Amino acid sequence: MLAALGALALLVAVTVGSVSMSLTELWMAVAGRGDPLFGELVFSLRLPRAMAAFATGGLLALAGALMQVLLRNPLADPYVLGISGGAAVGALASMLLGLGTAMVSGSAFAGALLSTLLVFGLAQGRGSWTPTRLLLTGVVIAAGWGAVITFMLSLSPADRLPGMLYWLMGDLSYARSPWLAWLVLIPVLIVTLPLGRSLNVLARGPLQAAALGVAVKPLAWLVYGLASLLTAVAVTTAGSVGFVGLIVPHMLRLVLGNDQRIILPASVMAGGALLTIADTLARTLMAPEQLPVGVITALLGVPTFLFLLYRSR
Amino acid sequence: MAILEASNMVVDIPGRAAGQPFTARILPGQRWGVLGPNGAGKSTLLHTLAGLRPPRSGQVLLDGECLTQLRRRQLAQKLAVVFQERQDSFPATVQETVLIGRHPFLSPWQRESGSDLRLANQAMDALSLRLLSDRLVSTLSGGERQRVAIATALTQQPAIWLADEPTNHLDLHHQVAVMELLHRQAEQGAAVFMCLHDLNLAARWCDHLLLLYPDGELCFGPADTMLVPEALERLYDQKLSVGQINGAPVFVPG
Repeated sequence: MLAALGALALLVAVTVGSVSMSLTELWMAVAGRGDPLFGELVFSLRLPRAMAAFATGGLLALAGALMQVLLRNPLADPYVLGISGGAAVGALASMLLGLGTAMVSGSAFAGALLSTLLVFGLAQGRGSWTPTRLLLTGVVIAAGWGAVITFMLSLSPADRLPGMLYWLMGDLSYARSPWLAWLVLIPVLIVTLPLGRSLNVLARGPLQAAALGVAVKPLAWLVYGLASLLTAVAVTTAGSVGFVGLIVPHMLRLVLGNDQRIILPASVMAGGALLTIADTLARTLMAPEQLPVGVITALLGVPTFLFLLYRSR
Repeated sequence: MAILEASNMVVDIPGRAAGQPFTARILPGQRWGVLGPNGAGKSTLLHTLAGLRPPRSGQVLLDGECLTQLRRRQLAQKLAVVFQERQDSFPATVQETVLIGRHPFLSPWQRESGSDLRLANQAMDALSLRLLSDRLVSTLSGGERQRVAIATALTQQPAIWLADEPTNHLDLHHQVAVMELLHRQAEQGAAVFMCLHDLNLAARWCDHLLLLYPDGELCFGPADTMLVPEALERLYDQKLSVGQINGAPVFVPG
């Protein structure tokens, strides 16, 4: 059902826009006949953007679902843990220096990885890390990045500010190549699927998991590494889109229960669908103005989440 | 059937000088009870025997193989641990929780089969949890959660039980029910090793006792030779009176 929802979201995203088209026109364009304008529109503008939105949403939701299990804390998500803060600092720094788009993506990726190493390295301390310690380290480092971001924004010339703000709120209008995101998303999903039951056991605490035959340390490192990679790629593709990683897995847990074998693939589908719909709204609601997609995910996600939480047992 | 063996094992308790090495074989059919005051290191001893923390020196062997040589999965197929503390951060039903006892026996892609479900149902019946099977564990009382933990271990069908205070939070009826269950497990060839607070439960249900003193000193042997009032008084630093009920010793403070 979620897969159908995802496909539907993609379809809507491709047909709706400043030039609307009917399903027949879409079919003609896909088949290579009909108005060449539509073909151009679909294949070089809307489809890549919708695919990028879907992959980014999937990456963020999967990263959030993994981190929540790893830290056994419902608050965990790539943004709370400071990974996206590091990415934002990297991206803004290269924007401030006036570097090109490729450099912005590259330094966002570097910033995300740096932040990951920083959080995990410091949380390790002299003993082994505990979830609370990791979460606290992440929150404090995220706050630190926040200060650096504000500092950089106050330094930047007025003509660069809008671009920077859009990046901070998450923006897919520069996401022209969805391939990196898909190339990471699909293999990671395939790797995590057989880990589902082990993750179910890990959610009951490391000692209980070890007693039930899970090699806890390697699994924890693998999950943390994968979640960081997912976040870094998502942030590189679309800037820092908030809420998807936190809200989507929770909404699914409230509805579907807590079996990771179901939650992980469902998170990819629902996260992808949510971000695709949000991005379609972002570029059509106030057309020809484009809104940052992060605003829409928050506006859609917050009331839905609160409703589900209120209704749950 | 499997044999757990401690060989010159010294439990690693931070900030404590090396205790006395522990060398013993826990054989199929035996029921061991560990007695000691709070903080003597009973749980740490149990976790060390389960391979969940390394001993300061010496080693623990399962069927002659050092635990560090075994994969956790192989170990979990023979040995189950009932913990004193449990974390339920995410909601799960009683049935789901009991069913994870099958985890060590399933390959990554395999889903639980009908026979796994049957084992889980039998375990829930054995601990009278059947009516609670769809309840969320987080909504249960302390004693009910304790029974869920024991049912999970039972689903694991272990040859060796390591149980940390298995009667914690249980009412009198369920204390006896759990002890009878562990007794039956031992009769069917399992080895049972448990930490207990209740001297009288230990006297009634264990055939071997290990007394663990706070300074790391320990002594162990068949239950009837260990139930010496003077030794127990020194263990708990508490005067004891001994009575006889139905031919078995009963200890009360005072």
